[in-house]
Amino acid sequence: MNKYLSIPSRILVAFASGALIAVFFLPAWRIDLFAPQYPEGLSMYIWINKLSGDVEIINGLNHYIGMKHISADMFPEFKYMTYVVIFFMALGMTAAITGRRKILLAYIIATLIGGLLVLYDLYRWGYDYGHNLDPKAAIQVQGLTYQPPVIGHKRLLNFDAYSFPDAAGWIVVGAGSLCILVWFSEWFINRKKNKR
Amino acid sequence: MKIFQPKNLQYLFIAAFAFFFMESCKPKGTQSAATGDASKAYVAPGKYDEFYNFVSGGFSGQMAVYGLPSGRLLRVIPVFSTDPEKGWGYSEETKPMLNTSHGFVPWDDAHHPEMSQTNGEVDGRWVFINGNNTPRIARIDLTTFRTAEIIEIPNSAGNHSSAFITQNTEYVVAGTRFSVPPDDANGDVPIDTYKQNFKGNVSFIKVDSVSGNMKIAFQIRTPGVNFDLSHAGKGNSHGWFFFSCYNSEQANTLLEVNASQRDKDFIMAVNWKKAEEYLKAGKGRKQAVRYAHNTYSDKTHSATSKIETEITILDSKELADMVYLIPCPKSPHGCDVDPTGEYIVGSGKLAALVPVFSFTKLQKAIADKAFDGDYEGIPVIKYEAALHGEVKKPGLGPLHTEFDEKGNAYTSMFVSSEIVKWNVKSLEILDRVPTYYSIGHLMVPGGDSRKPFGKYLVGYNKITKDRYLPTGPELAQSAQLYDISGDKMKLILDFPTIGEPHYAQAAPAGLISKNSLKFFKIEENEHPYVSKGEGQAKVTRDGNKVHINITSIRSHFNPDNIEGVRVGDEVYFHLTNLEQDWDVPHGFSVKGANNSELLVMPGETQTLKWVPEKAGMYPFYCTDFCSALHQEMQGYIRISPAGSNVPLSFSTGKTPTPAAGKTATPATK
Repeated sequence: MNKYLSIPSRILVAFASGALIAVFFLPAWRIDLFAPQYPEGLSMYIWINKLSGDVEIINGLNHYIGMKHISADMFPEFKYMTYVVIFFMALGMTAAITGRRKILLAYIIATLIGGLLVLYDLYRWGYDYGHNLDPKAAIQVQGLTYQPPVIGHKRLLNFDAYSFPDAAGWIVVGAGSLCILVWFSEWFINRKKNKR
Repeated sequence: MKIFQPKNLQYLFIAAFAFFFMESCKPKGTQSAATGDASKAYVAPGKYDEFYNFVSGGFSGQMAVYGLPSGRLLRVIPVFSTDPEKGWGYSEETKPMLNTSHGFVPWDDAHHPEMSQTNGEVDGRWVFINGNNTPRIARIDLTTFRTAEIIEIPNSAGNHSSAFITQNTEYVVAGTRFSVPPDDANGDVPIDTYKQNFKGNVSFIKVDSVSGNMKIAFQIRTPGVNFDLSHAGKGNSHGWFFFSCYNSEQANTLLEVNASQRDKDFIMAVNWKKAEEYLKAGKGRKQAVRYAHNTYSDKTHSATSKIETEITILDSKELADMVYLIPCPKSPHGCDVDPTGEYIVGSGKLAALVPVFSFTKLQKAIADKAFDGDYEGIPVIKYEAALHGEVKKPGLGPLHTEFDEKGNAYTSMFVSSEIVKWNVKSLEILDRVPTYYSIGHLMVPGGDSRKPFGKYLVGYNKITKDRYLPTGPELAQSAQLYDISGDKMKLILDFPTIGEPHYAQAAPAGLISKNSLKFFKIEENEHPYVSKGEGQAKVTRDGNKVHINITSIRSHFNPDNIEGVRVGDEVYFHLTNLEQDWDVPHGFSVKGANNSELLVMPGETQTLKWVPEKAGMYPFYCTDFCSALHQEMQGYIRISPAGSNVPLSFSTGKTPTPAAGKTATPATK
């Protein structure tokens, strides 16, 4: 089996890992909230190192149900995510420059594990915010928690909450998918060659 | 370049499709058109509306009158706030109406209008409305559509659970939102001594069945809590009054947290017939207080303000069988009684259900002494013992309930922004409809009386957002009209309102329009400065006071040339409108007067006070377009320097002649 990637594959891998630079300029994730009295919606954008959007308005509403005040300095992830992304970019570039299939495989596995960790992290924070409520909160509904969905839609009291990747998040998904496609196409081509 | 095979491209398409699919999951805008037949809200030009709708003006301090179903604004009646357009609080005659024990107060916050009733049915005579901030109750006369009386409430602050009435308008009640140290106690105490020093009070104001005049009959002294809303019993429960109260925690700071801790607060049930017995038996305690009582006379066209100095207190702790507490979940707001008088609906604004209490069960619980201890000496009835049932999962943030004549209730849901229709007996939810947005009060004509007219329902919203063209940061306030004649509620009209609308009332138009006054009879005018004819117009000097008895009739004033008035004089224009026909008001304004205009109805006299500060020529004119020659309706008053010897004179249509002595002779004679 060929240990090296073809030139087009290497260009695509380089392109994919280079595209990760988008996360420094675009939000990675978004949470949208809609309620009858918020027909225009409230949006919170999660970047790799900060939050933006209607965070303060959302905090103002959350205090009725006793949710903790959301602020960027509560998330240690924001401090190291930049380095994690740089590491991924470097790993991808290494795969592209050296052209070694094994490095690409390592890169893909790392990306998948990283993606799962991100989702787990979102779940963990959502669980914490949704469950650890101030026992003195004004509005307390027996048995109700306010954990936002990790991905997709959920109804929380009068709010419809939607959680989805935002632009940079989709670019990461796209980049990862592209690398996987490259891997499979290489595997497919090699298998044909070997058959011959 | 094998990667660009069609087969591989497929994956990219799938990824792209997933992306767009996820993005399109978000809801469409909730902006909505009418759901029903919008033409039902159409009233053709020249046609009358079916109902008068009296809507509180909230922080405008006034009350607005709309026609239903058109939502057309017919009139804004000035009540607690000055209104320069109508001279309310500016004319000498109306200033005393805004007098209080704190002096002249030019503003208040008006929340809950309530129409007078006879035998539990709206009778179209008066509307009562509360002033929240400096506690007062006003009575509006529906023959003149003017405020006829305002009474201040002692021992109170934040007069919120007011102005609700008993079924024959025997009483109008006023409950204090803030508990405070009583007026005769030293109020200069630490705020954190709330539990010792702060008391609640509900006042029962007797209404004279003929004149409508109000008099505080008694106050019931209660533990220090916050009274929110109230409604009288009717039919079977006539003789009882129900008040919702929150902050049974007795917090004095950060109430949004500290007054929301208990699982249940209370509905306070007052047996006012029993209270009357105690009052008669001399069980009340006299308390020295000071409160203003202002009345307006349509004969003298003037208000008088009297400071009253005594009140009778009935103590809920000492007098048994008069007051009971029914536990009600989570800071109850609305407290509404159905048309039969049997069911009492409490709306815990933070509760996830709506409890409905039964008057029969309440009586039984009292007879059986089914009590759960007491709260500062008042028996607390066992929740289940008085409970008819709970409306389950009604929506979020239940606030207020109104009723139709078919046994249905309509509850407003602030948080989930909807109206929920349910059956009072079965407690089954029948329908729900969204409001735009965050409804507060709602109203069915006669919907809190024994005879509702369940054709329309109006929701009064707290948020409008995108419903109207934007007008800067402060947006239109809004009401929404629903057709409730069928099984399903249907939105048929949005209309903007003044101030911020809270509660409202409505009655069939015929009940009120037939009594509407067209003009005041000039021969019945007993104003001390009236001119009953142009011949009586005159100018008199009394020291530095100059009284100008002036008349208006299309299209001139008499007099319209006035001289001999000096800087430092107090000038009083007593304008009598001599017209005796429908819809011919005259206005009056003077250049530079630090005052409003006068707007004087036919047969009426009103007075504008003016202290000129600079010598010169001052024109005055009619501000209400009264006739083809309205623009000719004008005059001059000459102001001379202090100490000037220009003689006092006045005229119309002639060269002025000097005044003789103190009183000038009319030049027209």
